Amino acid sequence: MKPKSDQAGVYVSGTTHGEKPGESFQGTTGGTEHEPIVRMVEITKRFGEFVANDRISLDLYRGEIHALLGENGAGKTTLMNVLFGYYQPDGGKIFMNGHEVVIKGPDMAHALGIGMVHQHFKLVDRFTVTENIILGAEPRAGFTIDRSRAREIVERLAGQYGLYVDPDRRIEEITIGAGQRVEILKMLYRGADVLILDEPTAVLTPQEVHELLNILRSLAAQGKAILLITHKLKEILAVADRVTIIRRGRLVGTLPVRETDAATLAEMMVGRRVIFNLDKAPFQPGRVMLTVRDVKEARSGADALKGVSFSIRAGEIYGIAGVDGNGQSALIEALTGLRRIASGEVLLEDKPIHNANPRTVFESGVGHIPEDRHRRGLILDFPLYENLVLNTYYQSPYTVRGLIQPLAMQKQAERLIQAFDVRASHLNVPARALSGGNQQKAIIARELSRRPKLLIAAQPTRGLDVGAIEAVHREILKFRDAGGAVLLISFELDEILALSDRIGVMYEGRLVGEVLPHQTSEEALGLMMAGQTARGVKEA
Amino acid sequence: MRLWDRFLHSFISPGLWVPFGSIVLGFLVGAIIMAFGGFNPFVAYAALMQKAFGSPYNIGEMLREMTPLLLTGLSVAFAFRAGLLNIGTAGQMVMGSLGAALVGVLVPLPPIVHAIVALFVGVLFGALWGSLVGYLKAYRGVNEVIAAIMLNWVALYFANYVIRTAILDPQQKQRSLYVASSARINADFLSALFQNARLSYGFLLALLMVYVFWFLLYRTRLGFELRAVGAGAEAAQYAGIRIGRQVIVTMFLSGAFSGLAGAIEVLGVYGYMTISTVHASYGFDGIAVALLGGATALGTLFSAFLFAVLSYGAAGMQFAADVPLEVSRVVMAAILFFVAASALVRSLYTVTLGRMRRGSLESEVNRS
Repeated sequence: MKPKSDQAGVYVSGTTHGEKPGESFQGTTGGTEHEPIVRMVEITKRFGEFVANDRISLDLYRGEIHALLGENGAGKTTLMNVLFGYYQPDGGKIFMNGHEVVIKGPDMAHALGIGMVHQHFKLVDRFTVTENIILGAEPRAGFTIDRSRAREIVERLAGQYGLYVDPDRRIEEITIGAGQRVEILKMLYRGADVLILDEPTAVLTPQEVHELLNILRSLAAQGKAILLITHKLKEILAVADRVTIIRRGRLVGTLPVRETDAATLAEMMVGRRVIFNLDKAPFQPGRVMLTVRDVKEARSGADALKGVSFSIRAGEIYGIAGVDGNGQSALIEALTGLRRIASGEVLLEDKPIHNANPRTVFESGVGHIPEDRHRRGLILDFPLYENLVLNTYYQSPYTVRGLIQPLAMQKQAERLIQAFDVRASHLNVPARALSGGNQQKAIIARELSRRPKLLIAAQPTRGLDVGAIEAVHREILKFRDAGGAVLLISFELDEILALSDRIGVMYEGRLVGEVLPHQTSEEALGLMMAGQTARGVKEA
Repeated sequence: MRLWDRFLHSFISPGLWVPFGSIVLGFLVGAIIMAFGGFNPFVAYAALMQKAFGSPYNIGEMLREMTPLLLTGLSVAFAFRAGLLNIGTAGQMVMGSLGAALVGVLVPLPPIVHAIVALFVGVLFGALWGSLVGYLKAYRGVNEVIAAIMLNWVALYFANYVIRTAILDPQQKQRSLYVASSARINADFLSALFQNARLSYGFLLALLMVYVFWFLLYRTRLGFELRAVGAGAEAAQYAGIRIGRQVIVTMFLSGAFSGLAGAIEVLGVYGYMTISTVHASYGFDGIAVALLGGATALGTLFSAFLFAVLSYGAAGMQFAADVPLEVSRVVMAAILFFVAASALVRSLYTVTLGRMRRGSLESEVNRS
């Protein structure tokens, strides 16, 4: 069962324990050295009772882009944290260039030539690009930092790998894509031969993703080994040489990318067949349910509203695309009574709901799936049943003459759990104990049970696994088909394109364009998301 | 600030290991200190227990000592559940005493009615004083800890002024006149049970408040809102709860518990109110009681009992083993130190622990 690599560089992977016995994948490693630069053998990591990694083996060659695929919670990040020295494995061994190593911490990982680019950048906003790159390993001239040499090194590295950044700009002034290039440069500056990238495309526009993939190719071509953690099949198919799939902490298999396809990968990742296409009923718009007219905030900044107008009809899903931090959060809060606006108006049917109390807003018929389900959508320490009546608790029959009625709450919770297939061992478990998908289903159940006229769904599938995403999408479409109006805000373009009847693109607090999903492309949307206004796009 | 909130939050019902472990370690620290000072800790602790439980009278007096500790403990715990640290229990207690003393001395009323009105006014004084802190926090952005500490002193000197000008005992000069006997809440049958210890209906009221505390939190709409604000302010806001108003109501009710403690001291124990230059220690001890009790109703009851044993028994320790009174304060402080240390550790690691626990539960749920 042990993966082994023979001298010819042919890789044979025995796979998981019991899941697909005997099945093996064979692939060449395409012109790499004989010895893998990193070999992780039967790594096991437990947290208490929970086995996050169960005897997972993985190897990585120079010049290879190796994708690590798995759903949220499958154990990808844990495995990488073991490799990077954040965690000590409870079992298994790590070899580098054939020698066993015990990686005691990130410092040691750096010393061994392993670099990690985290999902959330670890950069100092006020420092320049160069300063960030050299931070902690500055070239010195006596007691001072040799700035000119530092700048030279940065420029040389940037040129060598095609990572274009302005070495003198401050981090706060550059784009997210550029910030990511700085992170990669930081690793290269420290002499990393192995680069781990944790969900690097989550925050990028499609164009930036494209650029990043090119950079990765160039890095691999120059002999770097790249481990790409992701759950996006498209990127793997575009750029990776091999892919290792893990599911629920176990290895499913490692296979060469050119011998596989999206459907196979998805099935291996999820453990069952995945249907990619949503059954979407034809678009039958009704009357206008929500009108947003020139909404502005008093404050300034890229994420402040600077005049947003759109409307949504009954039976319509209006998607808002955009890169994180362009005013989406402010818009959601302005529509739900959580944020004051300075001018403009928000009408639900004909009734103004701006600058109203959140309770008034939802009593008038707005359901809201909040962006942050842990902080806003749920009270994690409250039992599930209390969370299921979180915004109706004060109404009869849940409160009678000032006294809450736990039995009535539990009865309602029972109904919702049944109707929306929320899986929990008990009504009394704290919301914290539910999986992300079930937490989200609970929120959706709560919001839709009030039969709102408008549903605001903000990042409704963020961090969910494929099965839960399907369930959430189905509920949203069901609501729309029943004549509800939906405002969908998402950073996932695929989601926006799949669900929306109309799409507005948000950039720096404004809607810079409005398009129909079948008349646009990811590229066109990507350009608008980067601030270029749509040309030749018809107002829908 | 988020870390601070998480720190405070970590005190709420940590289970049984933390408080009991802390108590054991606290006694251990006290013993070590006594041993270093040349005292025999076994003799000292035996004397402490002897003093607290040695005779019915002593038990009664220990329970008398427990009464204000329990009420200020409940007061702190109540605010705690809404995410507020009520450090103003001392001031609220003084105001409670003042309200009760004023009614008891100045307002002529028939028996029973007099006592009830005096208690009620005491409670109201404490509650209003508490809600002032809430108002300052909710609508003026003043940190509740700072406002409460300052208002503690304002309350003390205000009370001294009122006693001096309105109800001073001309013979004694340092205290108020006695409240009318119609306003006293002495419970003769209780006193008789404990060899004339100064136990009053106040003790029974305090026990009743343990239930009231639980009922308010878990059976009323108000308690639901209060717990929601405490456990997730942003989610509470999302649910349509007005946080500012909630803060004031919470501090009002929290102050009411302390006000009751103050009123009971006047009407049930002393019969008068003293002009004083420092606060009685009950106010701050209430914080310790609430924290050790995990801000739960029963936990607070048990920890008030323990602290009453420690502080009432300290005199015995001094008498029999010559150990200074302060050693029992050291034990209390050490217990609290261990409770706080565990809360700090847990708040710092909430993220990782939470993730791990969630992970394991998640897989359980998924399997089922």
